[in-house]
Amino acid sequence: MGKNHPNVDPYIVSRVRALESLLLEKGVLAPDAVDRVIQRYEADTGPMVGARAVAKAWTDPEYRRLLLEDPTTALRRFDLDYAMLRVVENTEAVHNLVVCTLCSCYPWPVLGLPPTWYKTPAYRSRAVSEPRAMLKEMGLEVPAAREIRVWDSSAEMRYMVLPRRPTGTEGLTEAALVPLITRDALIGVAEPGADS
Amino acid sequence: MDGVHDLGGMQGFGPVEREENEPVFHAAWEAAVLAMMRAGGARGLFNIDEFRHGIERMAPADYLRASYYEKWLDGVSRLLVEKGVVGAQELAVRRAFFEAQPGAPATAALSGPLPPRPPSNPGWVPDAIRETGATPRFAPGDPVRTREMHPHGHTRLPRYARGRRGVIHRCHGIHVFPDTNAHGLGEQPQPLYSVRFDARELWGESAEPNQAVHIDLWESYLLPGR
Repeated sequence: MGKNHPNVDPYIVSRVRALESLLLEKGVLAPDAVDRVIQRYEADTGPMVGARAVAKAWTDPEYRRLLLEDPTTALRRFDLDYAMLRVVENTEAVHNLVVCTLCSCYPWPVLGLPPTWYKTPAYRSRAVSEPRAMLKEMGLEVPAAREIRVWDSSAEMRYMVLPRRPTGTEGLTEAALVPLITRDALIGVAEPGADS
Repeated sequence: MDGVHDLGGMQGFGPVEREENEPVFHAAWEAAVLAMMRAGGARGLFNIDEFRHGIERMAPADYLRASYYEKWLDGVSRLLVEKGVVGAQELAVRRAFFEAQPGAPATAALSGPLPPRPPSNPGWVPDAIRETGATPRFAPGDPVRTREMHPHGHTRLPRYARGRRGVIHRCHGIHVFPDTNAHGLGEQPQPLYSVRFDARELWGESAEPNQAVHIDLWESYLLPGR
């Protein structure tokens, strides 16, 4: 665990078990609910849908337009029904960055569970007030001429970045592009191909 | 509320550190907390705004010390006790049971046979949009100013963006209003906007150059103005 990982209450497990046993008893929690959560998120994690949508947008201008203008319709191509997403486009002039300063809102259906760093006070506090310095520390230098546009997810709308296609990937197929599109690139803290 | 959860622009938390090859869950209890949160939400025991406000009411020092799922446990426990789903006393008794028997599974403390299996909840994605037919007061390009307010209850207008001038970027439609929905005062849906703020308006002379923040804000947070 990194230094960012907070100290966990040594009695946390007993607190969890206490509530869990009561909710089982009261019929709120199904006996297999915890196993199902583990199965679902450990098997179906990561930015799979988001990455596939971006790869398609890179290779299909019509789909790109749809993803930016009507993401709900665009995501149905990947069997995802998600009405609350906006996709924001990186360009030569604009670099987008996603954060939730008030809690840790994150587009789970397209990116999976959020990484711990996304939920830390360090990220939540600095992303809005000194994003350029923070991104540089995280290994991403955004040119001074490029606007950094931060999206603070304060409501139920969620944001995903459409990164710029890396140069030198012109010959790659949609399927070959998918692995370049990392979760961090879809949040806006990295460029595609530069995994953390 | 002006709580410690409202972190935008605070200083002193150090660098953002990524964890290499981070696992989906760091421990099985995290998944149990996630399952309980989703079960409570999907069964209508609390709404998403009550859930967020439940977490915000953690003692500030505890909030900063706690991990993400520990915050969730705190919020879910508080809400379920407040709503009478579980009793504070029975929760304390159970907690003592598991402190005395570390490693025991949750089923070790059951007082009798389990009730019939509740219907499974296929996930909980709150849909906040309400087609009320309300006409948005503002249009893209309109200059606005956020209200300067410090409510004791739940709000989604971050402290760093109060009393600031911005421009309407787009209208997201009519959305449930968290400030009432978190307090049993109903959904009271109203137009939600993406509002663009220049970083200099938010951070003054300390702003980084060439930066803007877009925040999703409800109509009643906004006043017309330049």
